Amino acid sequence: MTAITLPVAATSDKRLPGDLAIWFFILAEMLAFAVFFASYAFARAHDVELFNTYQRTLDRNAGALNTLLLITGSWFVVLAVQAAHRDDRPAISRNILLGFICGGGFLTVKVFEYAEKFGAGISLSTNTFYMFYISLTFFHFMHVILGMVILTVLWVQSRNGAYGSHNAHGLESGAAYWHMVDLLWIILFPLVYVMR
Amino acid sequence: MTALKNPAHRAWLVLIVATGITWYLGEVGAAGTSAIVAMLVIAFIKGRLVILDFMELRSAPLMWRLLLEGWLILVSSLILLAYWMSLK
Repeated sequence: MTAITLPVAATSDKRLPGDLAIWFFILAEMLAFAVFFASYAFARAHDVELFNTYQRTLDRNAGALNTLLLITGSWFVVLAVQAAHRDDRPAISRNILLGFICGGGFLTVKVFEYAEKFGAGISLSTNTFYMFYISLTFFHFMHVILGMVILTVLWVQSRNGAYGSHNAHGLESGAAYWHMVDLLWIILFPLVYVMR
Repeated sequence: MTALKNPAHRAWLVLIVATGITWYLGEVGAAGTSAIVAMLVIAFIKGRLVILDFMELRSAPLMWRLLLEGWLILVSSLILLAYWMSLK
């Protein structure tokens, strides 16, 4: 069972997974979202009734389902990284693909939500709540798309045998970005859909 | 329960259950100070699990752990402050 002894050995020396540059990029993205989240919360403080009223029009089930999809998608990508560390090549690409499918599920659910809202004539200029709901979720939506583009690249590379126990750097960098997309939604969902 | 030896599996399970709790709080119409604090605490625990077990920063240099966990503390504090202001 080398798979059990390896992570124990890895914890003894401190190591940042992936490339240093991707972590700076992730930090920059997270700061942008922090500003967005804080703006939403403080804007709400000025007009609690408006935010509480229109929050009720959101599909909480769709938001929760999307949380489950991103968490599970993230989990699959962790499994892909773990598979790389034990040189299980088929499991790397299989798990990346499963992560990609979860991302696709997220986008599908979100498109239905948008179609329902836009179909009802709601736009950025309807009110402050919808301005935040549309811009915040759409900004995140774009990040999911970029994450899926990254997963596609990782999948192609993994099919070409690029990743293994001696070369998991690129895979770990892409995985870190994908987890960030998940992390952001974990704050966004309760904030915009549930907290009142 | 050998599957739960993998921290990623454990994290996934907790994340799913925690999402269910937040959804349930929404279903029963939980609102006000205690509901807000509960949801923020749940989001904080979830975010921390993603940072430590999915991003694998548990064994990363302390600075990186502090930067990401610090972000989580910053964001939850700002949200808490704004909601606390709205309750006054």
